[in-house]
Amino acid sequence: MLDITISRGTTVALSKAEFDLLLADLRENGYQTVGPRVQDESIVYADIQTLADLPRGVQTEQEAGHFRLMRGASNNYFDFIPAADSWKKFLFPPRVDLLTVRKGKGWEYVETETATPRYALVGVRGCELAAIEIQDKIFIRPDFYDPTYRLRREGLFIIAVNCLHPAGTCFCTSMGTGPKVQGSYDLCLTELDDVFLVEIGSELGRSLLSKRKYDLPSAFVQNIANQRLARAVQEMGRSLDTRDLPGLLTEPENLEAARWDEVAKRCLSCGNCTQVCPTCFCWDATDSVNLSATQASRTRVWDSCFNPAYSYVFGGNTRPTIRARYRQWLTHKFGAWKEQFGTLGCTGCGRCITWCPAKIDHVAEIAALREEVNS
Amino acid sequence: MTSLLPQSAPPTAGHPGKLIQPDWAEIVRITPETEGISTFWLRFIDPQVRERYHFQPGQFNMLYLPGYGESAISMSSDPEDEERLVAHTIRFVGTVTKNIGRLKVGDVIGVRGPFGTSWPMKQIEGRDLVLACGGIGLPPLRPAIYHIIRNREKYGKVTLLYGARTPKDLMYPDEHEEWQRHDIHMEISVDRGDENWDGRVGVVPMWFYNFRIDPRNTAVLTCGPEIMIRFVIYEGLARRIPAERIFVSLERNMKCGQGSCGHCQIGPYFICKDGPVFPFSVLQRYVNVEEY
Amino acid sequence: MAAKKPTVAVYKFSSCDGCQLSLLNLEDELLDLAGAVDIAYFLEASRAVKPGPYDIALVEGSVTTPHEIERIREIREDARFVIALGTCATSGGIQALRNFADAEEYARAVYDHPEYLEYLNTATPISETIKVDLEIWGCPVNKHLVLECIAALLQNRKPNLPQYSVCLECKRRGAVCVLVAHGTPCLGPVTQAGCGAICPANGRGCYGCFGPWPQGNFDSLVPTLTATERFPGETHLLLRNFNAHAPAFRKAAEAALTVGKK
Repeated sequence: MLDITISRGTTVALSKAEFDLLLADLRENGYQTVGPRVQDESIVYADIQTLADLPRGVQTEQEAGHFRLMRGASNNYFDFIPAADSWKKFLFPPRVDLLTVRKGKGWEYVETETATPRYALVGVRGCELAAIEIQDKIFIRPDFYDPTYRLRREGLFIIAVNCLHPAGTCFCTSMGTGPKVQGSYDLCLTELDDVFLVEIGSELGRSLLSKRKYDLPSAFVQNIANQRLARAVQEMGRSLDTRDLPGLLTEPENLEAARWDEVAKRCLSCGNCTQVCPTCFCWDATDSVNLSATQASRTRVWDSCFNPAYSYVFGGNTRPTIRARYRQWLTHKFGAWKEQFGTLGCTGCGRCITWCPAKIDHVAEIAALREEVNS
Repeated sequence: MTSLLPQSAPPTAGHPGKLIQPDWAEIVRITPETEGISTFWLRFIDPQVRERYHFQPGQFNMLYLPGYGESAISMSSDPEDEERLVAHTIRFVGTVTKNIGRLKVGDVIGVRGPFGTSWPMKQIEGRDLVLACGGIGLPPLRPAIYHIIRNREKYGKVTLLYGARTPKDLMYPDEHEEWQRHDIHMEISVDRGDENWDGRVGVVPMWFYNFRIDPRNTAVLTCGPEIMIRFVIYEGLARRIPAERIFVSLERNMKCGQGSCGHCQIGPYFICKDGPVFPFSVLQRYVNVEEY
Repeated sequence: MAAKKPTVAVYKFSSCDGCQLSLLNLEDELLDLAGAVDIAYFLEASRAVKPGPYDIALVEGSVTTPHEIERIREIREDARFVIALGTCATSGGIQALRNFADAEEYARAVYDHPEYLEYLNTATPISETIKVDLEIWGCPVNKHLVLECIAALLQNRKPNLPQYSVCLECKRRGAVCVLVAHGTPCLGPVTQAGCGAICPANGRGCYGCFGPWPQGNFDSLVPTLTATERFPGETHLLLRNFNAHAPAFRKAAEAALTVGKK
């Protein structure tokens, strides 16, 4: 009998059938298990019960403005990368009711009890985990926190997964976030053909895993996983030179480069890049009221710096043109963000490139800007 | 994150456990100022909030009118008001402010705050001060004026440059005499005079030529239309007042007041939390970037 | 505060009645509405008619006959506030396709005795004949937006209407971009939001029934769409639809033909 004591940092081999039981354990413990699903000829994050709900044997073909599902060579569950939407919708929902007031003597709050869902995220990529950790810095700060985000975040169980098949728009290696997962997870998977190698990242993860039947992986198996990860680095679809960031995008003279005019001709200002971006955090509060003006509510919705109303103040718009709005987004994400939160706002997931209907490749835009200002 | 800037203290009105949930305040007095501008004096209904709420000159509140939304408005009253009232001088221009304009004494509105940085009253002690403002830029400076009057010996020569469109648009005329009595030198001007106006006609930055400035010891505080602010800054810099001693109060679209919603960003700064009052030195690099 | 309730009149011009039905579909809010305003003229709902003038006139449909020109002018004189309701009233609607064709030929094709018809050669939005105070786009309109506009009028404020394109509400509801994921032509990026992105959320491309988004970048979207047309002229036809007569779509539809030929 082998002595198998597992602790943080231990990697075990778990059969896929056992993984299903682990998902069941999570649900039994009050977690809502969410993960990737094929939907609308794409992949979105939604409720999952078992591995059968996952996109098995599916890979994705991704280019600027282009996404297609493809049949992959294997029958694995995590060969696609990444989903159309991001995990941020679970922590920072696109719509949240903030308050309702009723007119009495003055105004009174109508109290509504909303239970905070406890999510277990299944299949969080390195870039995505890095994105969650970036949003943590925005929504949970010493001087301020967003209650919705914080409650959901504190209860979050994260099953991360190492990426073995990066998509054409991926550039996590450039941003230092993948394909091997970094950051804080409860469990982290590497998917091989018939087992998951599971690395334990937290006590909670260990406790959950300890109920399952697992083996210790042999050196041979470990080595296969390592080789595949190394190959993934080579297969990265894009690369971004970050050596002159954030300066390239914050230098005032670069903000007047001709490239901004050029890209503004193509940009639709639709805001899709900001909505699919796992770190974009802007929101708006909208008001609604009944006809007799006796009850009013405020709702938080995702906003976007591409929305003209976003930068409207009385008397005019501070960013009235698409040029100004595109520049704001790119220079914030790859520039000013650093000074605000200590990191760049991009983790290299590539969604903004894939989901741009105008096929704008922001990695190429940065390169073009660099070329212009350095020439 | 930005070490250059002072940290603003957390708000004392509003519920930290809820996003943007205000405390309620009653309108106890409304003072009409000029056409389309009135001052609303508020008293928090909850005595605990009334007790703990303090603001610094230059800070702002988010005022909530149910059904209409919130608006960021600077406080215009004395931070040390004896009745613990908080006043906002409001121009009725947007959906929220126009409808605040229809409220009456006894009506209730929501208040979150105070937010943002303040005029650096401590840091500029011992200095000569130039307060330059136009139009609705005077109300955010009025708490600073009260502070100066209360601590007059701590400041050197104080000059208030104040411009309005017409003589009818000059705000707080009843107080001007009191301010002058406390040795605040005033240069008041209008864009267009009328038959009774025998004062100056022109724009605020022009009056820098009317008095001597010791650049080694002067600080400028300015608030008002963007174009006026620009020229005040130029005049200040031209007199070799260092950029870090020219303080500017900015305005942008704001939804949260706490550096979360993203709307008010300029470069790396959230105007609601890193501002609204900035030393010009930190804004300098962006000032000529169009539509930034 | 027992002020008289504002009176509302609802009129139909050339249209399918769908927008009026949206009003009737308010159901939950209808009682509220009846409490806040006096519905004085609404033939689709009731034969009981109170005489004008009215505070608010909601006008559905486009102007397609000489008689309608006279009627809409009378309505304007009789109402303090005129709201054009729905795409026919705001841009001419699907019947404005005749503006690009020979109306007489259409009439001959449909009617045995076109000589009895009295019609105009064009179908035009209400605003081309009279001054309109507010336009609510959509085919049909979003009933919640109509309610919001009425509430805003009663409460003396600007109605809370979205200022962005369909894409933003499409992503907010978690729909996948049909243009990117399926290659389905979609006008979402140049169409005014307000519908809730119903079509893209159901796997269909947006066909622009809420009208052009004033900030839409047609110069970019048109070549993007023509480049992936599934049949020649697809983009042109997409723009020649419910809002064919809306200036931005009209211009883009023409551009789509030239771009397509290149």
